Amino acid sequence: MISSIIFSVLILATAAIFIVRIRQIKANIHLGRDIDLSDRPAERWKTMARVALGQSKMVARPFAGIMHIFIYVGFILINLEVLEILIDGAFGSHRIFYQFLGSDTYHTFIGFFELLAFLVLFACVAFLVRRNIGRLKRFSGTEMTTWPKSDANIILIVESLLMIAVLTMNAADSVLFALPDAVVMTAGLSHYTGIEFESWFWFSGYLTGMLPNDPTTLFYIERACWWFHIVGIFGFLIYIPYSKHFHIFLAFPNTYYSKLDPAGELTNLESVKKEVELMMDPNQDPFAAPAADAATAEPQRFGAKDVTDLSWKNLMDAYSCTECGRCTSECPASQTGKLLSPRKIMMDTRDRAEELGAHRRKNGAEADDGKSLLGDYITKEELWACTTCNACTDACPVNINPLNIIVDLRRFLVMEESAAPNELNTMFTNIENNGAPWQFAMADRANWRDE
Amino acid sequence: MAEMAAAGESPEVLFWVGCMGSFDDRAKKITKAFAKLLNRANVKFAVLGTEESCSGDPAKRAGNEFLFQMQAFANIQVLNAYEVKRIVTACPHCFNTLKNEYPELGGNYEVIHHTQFINTLFKEGRLNVEGGSFKGKRITFHDPCYLGRANDVYEAPREVLQKLDAELVEMKRCKQRGLCCGAGGAQMFKEAEKGDKEVNVERTEDVIASKADIVAAGCPFCNTMMTDGVKHFNKEDEISVKDIAELIAEAGDL
Repeated sequence: MISSIIFSVLILATAAIFIVRIRQIKANIHLGRDIDLSDRPAERWKTMARVALGQSKMVARPFAGIMHIFIYVGFILINLEVLEILIDGAFGSHRIFYQFLGSDTYHTFIGFFELLAFLVLFACVAFLVRRNIGRLKRFSGTEMTTWPKSDANIILIVESLLMIAVLTMNAADSVLFALPDAVVMTAGLSHYTGIEFESWFWFSGYLTGMLPNDPTTLFYIERACWWFHIVGIFGFLIYIPYSKHFHIFLAFPNTYYSKLDPAGELTNLESVKKEVELMMDPNQDPFAAPAADAATAEPQRFGAKDVTDLSWKNLMDAYSCTECGRCTSECPASQTGKLLSPRKIMMDTRDRAEELGAHRRKNGAEADDGKSLLGDYITKEELWACTTCNACTDACPVNINPLNIIVDLRRFLVMEESAAPNELNTMFTNIENNGAPWQFAMADRANWRDE
Repeated sequence: MAEMAAAGESPEVLFWVGCMGSFDDRAKKITKAFAKLLNRANVKFAVLGTEESCSGDPAKRAGNEFLFQMQAFANIQVLNAYEVKRIVTACPHCFNTLKNEYPELGGNYEVIHHTQFINTLFKEGRLNVEGGSFKGKRITFHDPCYLGRANDVYEAPREVLQKLDAELVEMKRCKQRGLCCGAGGAQMFKEAEKGDKEVNVERTEDVIASKADIVAAGCPFCNTMMTDGVKHFNKEDEISVKDIAELIAEAGDL
């Protein structure tokens, strides 16, 4: 009875903390500009099904891809067993599904989850080894020190411990079930009688040899693992939205809102379009007073200086990033030692959204903290190293688009600050004057025909 | 184009030459090779000549949206005035910009990359070449970012190269995972940022590892970058860098 109450309080507390944090993240994402991505729903569902649900881009790297699928499938399906644990916890029952499924089906049911638990454990250990001993280059970039590094290890260790707890719990329980009912009854554990299996569970069966035969000790081992497992899950649920692990939720909406147009297409800035149309229209009166609605509309910056100039999708991208570094390992600039790392662009964007979001929660919705994404987080040198080759966007398993942010920051540098590198300014001038990026005369354009 | 329009004729396709193809000495050879192929296949084509202007790609990628849209606006006026419907270009950057970024600004055309166009000419039987002169050679295709990843065109250039009777080999990074030559995003017009090495050198290492005799390019920028990369390793006697149009023209003795 008491344990049911404690359990229910824990569930409610976890849910409350989780929801508060989700609201913060939602608000942070909405620091970004509004854009309309409600078009082509059928295509969007398909992309989500293929990329997030179907993990299609993960397997581009087979080892990590398959290991990740173990953890992913395990995580989703083991929730069914967690459902049983939740019901047991709230109502004081023990293995409630046993009554509904019957001995044989329940045995297979648990056996299947043990298989998943084993695969998850195997993958987590493999990932831990690879990450900490394997010296993979993409896990060691400058942005992968301190917190991001620990974050990754914490996730893998917690997941491993949760799986070990499940397996140990099942082992202790099955030894207890195998004891004669009379022995169990004398230990005062009447609700453990009446559950019987022909054999050990598929995987935890290998652990039973290490366990004692005393019903009371088995009871405490089972309970300890049970509580550790479920409280661990609650704790992990609170931890996830503060961690890169949040990708498990955002991968789905983020792939839904993927860019559907060809990767090479960059948007034509609306604000610039208006100006250019005005400039090119011979019927425009240059001295005309601005239209009434233009005066009230908030002028938009050309390009982006801070997260508030980016779109909400850019910020959702940032929160969806799990720092795997595939973008950076494919980036031609990163590979040749330049300062640019697409992963860092995404992490900076997220960290800046966090910072500004926290500042505004404290000081009001329009508060300015005097910092910005460009300058305080991302430097010009990083931006000017990009070749816009789309290797990063192609490599990302959840369709994050670092290139979009890079170009928007460049736009601000060029159009608001005139801060392009000199050679590029020369190129601009040449295009303006000669219609080509070099100083050639327009009149010479067709000379190749006669050469 | 102006002459054709004055005579009341309309071309089957407009050949968008691009700035590299018009002014760069190396790229002009690609332009000429492609024009020869068009003539050989009896394609009635036109060029804008002095009325063509930069598509605006380098300006846009460098962040100068104003300049890009002004270029686009001017080009679209010219193209629409001639009622152009189909455009073929040997430059993937122009290809991408005209195909994807012009429509929203009022320029709607069917835009084709020259490797796709050559492939169609082969398929329609309008163009035939003997690949004999390339027998025994190893050719590798370097995917231009703006043709491949940007627009998912991977097969057309490879199908064209199949005509050459040479051995087509792939570099370890190819197609979706092909490494950039280093010129895109307006890098062509500036010094690279500080780093350990140049991108084209890194890419040339892939070429050398593939043991190819010829690097087939489909982009004048890649062509320049890869040529420089090969020179960096002093291998210009062993490895040549050629555009697909040049290879086909060569095979056809044009």
